[in-house]
Amino acid sequence: MIWVNAIIQGIMVGGLYALFACGLSLLFGVMKVINLAHGDLAVVAAYLALGVIAITHVPAVWSFVLVVPIFAAIGYALQRTLLQAALNRGVLTTLLVTFGLSVVIENGLQQFFTANSHSLNIGSLVSDSFSIGSQITIAFLDLTILVLAVVVLLGLQYFLSVSKNGRRIRAVADDREAAQLSGIDYRHVFGIAAAIAFGTVALAGLAFGMYTQFDPTIGTDQLLLYAFEAVVIGGLGSLWGTLVGGILLGVAQQIGAQYHAADQILAGQLLFLIILVLRPQGITRRRETA
Amino acid sequence: MTGRHLEAAGAELPAIGGQPAGGVRVTRSRRSVIWVGVVAVALVAVLGYLPYIVFSSTTNLLVQFFLLLTMASMWNLLAGYAGLVSVGQQAFIGLGAYSVVILASHGTSPFTAIPVATAAGGAIGLPVWWLVSRLRSGYFAITMWVIASVCELIIIQVSSLGGGTGIALQGLNLSPTLLTAYTYWTALAVTVVVIAVIYVLLRSRLGLVLTAIRDDETGARSIGARVRSVQRLVFIVAAAGCSAAGALYAISQQFIVPSAAFSVSFSAEMIFITIIGGIGTIEGPFVGTIVFFVLQQTLSQDGAWYWIVLGIVAMAVAIWAPRGLWGLVTERLDIRLFPVGYWLWPAGQTARRRG
Repeated sequence: MIWVNAIIQGIMVGGLYALFACGLSLLFGVMKVINLAHGDLAVVAAYLALGVIAITHVPAVWSFVLVVPIFAAIGYALQRTLLQAALNRGVLTTLLVTFGLSVVIENGLQQFFTANSHSLNIGSLVSDSFSIGSQITIAFLDLTILVLAVVVLLGLQYFLSVSKNGRRIRAVADDREAAQLSGIDYRHVFGIAAAIAFGTVALAGLAFGMYTQFDPTIGTDQLLLYAFEAVVIGGLGSLWGTLVGGILLGVAQQIGAQYHAADQILAGQLLFLIILVLRPQGITRRRETA
Repeated sequence: MTGRHLEAAGAELPAIGGQPAGGVRVTRSRRSVIWVGVVAVALVAVLGYLPYIVFSSTTNLLVQFFLLLTMASMWNLLAGYAGLVSVGQQAFIGLGAYSVVILASHGTSPFTAIPVATAAGGAIGLPVWWLVSRLRSGYFAITMWVIASVCELIIIQVSSLGGGTGIALQGLNLSPTLLTAYTYWTALAVTVVVIAVIYVLLRSRLGLVLTAIRDDETGARSIGARVRSVQRLVFIVAAAGCSAAGALYAISQQFIVPSAAFSVSFSAEMIFITIIGGIGTIEGPFVGTIVFFVLQQTLSQDGAWYWIVLGIVAMAVAIWAPRGLWGLVTERLDIRLFPVGYWLWPAGQTARRRG
């Protein structure tokens, strides 16, 4: 029964990882670039929520109403300036610039907010739970985050396949030159994709801040690697794969934690390396002829 | 009387001996490099004599300088020439450090353990390359980071290596003066060997392939350069070099903590130094290390600000001056301290081949 519980808890936390991963996956799909500052951006969102709550006194749960649009705007602005300038130089420059951004953000947070841990106080919501049988307890917060992840992925899927901007994003992702010939300004499309990715990363950062404590270093120490591992395990360019990847990563971590608390993170990373060796194209993608 | 400088391997090159081919001469370098060699030897000799004339605080600072220069030069070879941007080279630094700790606890002198740790790092590099070689750009970078994290998590679980709290390096029972001097000479030797290996590698036939990859990886592939096998060699050399740096780090710190030995800030240092100095040139990491070192000595009291300034400068250089500070120098002065390219002399000009 302990193992069933571990798997269920793993699925719950997997929703959080999928939420982290979908922004990374979207940006990679559109721009072919991995944003190494992704984890730090989630932490910035959590700190921003602290500020929003302190100023407006809204309940922490509702802080997303302000934080997500602010972050989407920051995403668009950052993409049109710094990231686009880096992209013009090439993929490797962009990689290095996002790494520099990550170091700047992490140390900026340390400078202004110290290295102390914080969390978003949501009162009794954090501990409210219901039980199945005698041994399995599911926290409402965890379930909410999982449902949120599914809703965000569904919304993103719908947006990409139906809306005008979604079609533009897919067109630019498939063939930038051809899209440009059809009159699409790919820089604006990149900006929209970045705005969406930053919005989802802000949601993930808020969910993380409610779920557990955060500090300036956790973005690179854990969140970036988890998001990346979820993307690779699930398979590139597949939003549902990202959900599967997040859940598999969460389950692996919880099963590892059952052996030894120190094995929790290691188990997830070993699963990632195994997938990399056996199925580098991820779980949900069929093997393609290279 | 200016020759056209050729560094891309894409151009058709006549025999290296400088035989005229249709009246065109190709020489290894434009000016004599003998004086550069003489200065280098003299500089190393002076540096080697330093422990007799300066205080140990100065040599200790220089040990830090040599460590940074070694790591940055290795990252430059990996990213600047072979196109492999890694943010996980701290895996090999940590493994090199722990190799020395393990060997020293079995009675080997930490100084004689350095070559063993270097070889071990290179040997571990081979299976790691097998794992990451199919990945491209961002995927390669971040998977290396995961591998460094896995190494750290495994070391933390080994209680005989001190677990997460760290372990003291044994076998350094020398007088403080001797220990500082030996550490300094070892650091100097490791740095000289690493720079020499890079220089020889880049002047060899493989160097042509590497410069071709640096300039255009797809182009290099299309003219039949063995890009993969050269990248594998460079990856293993960089793994060995970073292990040597890690071994040196262990000796200079004398106490190893996993979270510090496998810290991603090693990667940050290597990357920022190389970008600011000039990626894809041997001289770049020298310039970058000097700049980095001056900043470190003046700003390090302010903790986080030092990293913020470095990060912003590195981002700005990467975008607006991608060839770095050394690139700005060569644009104006056309100096090459480590000539690895070729000079093409058009027909009719009577340039003597020198260097």
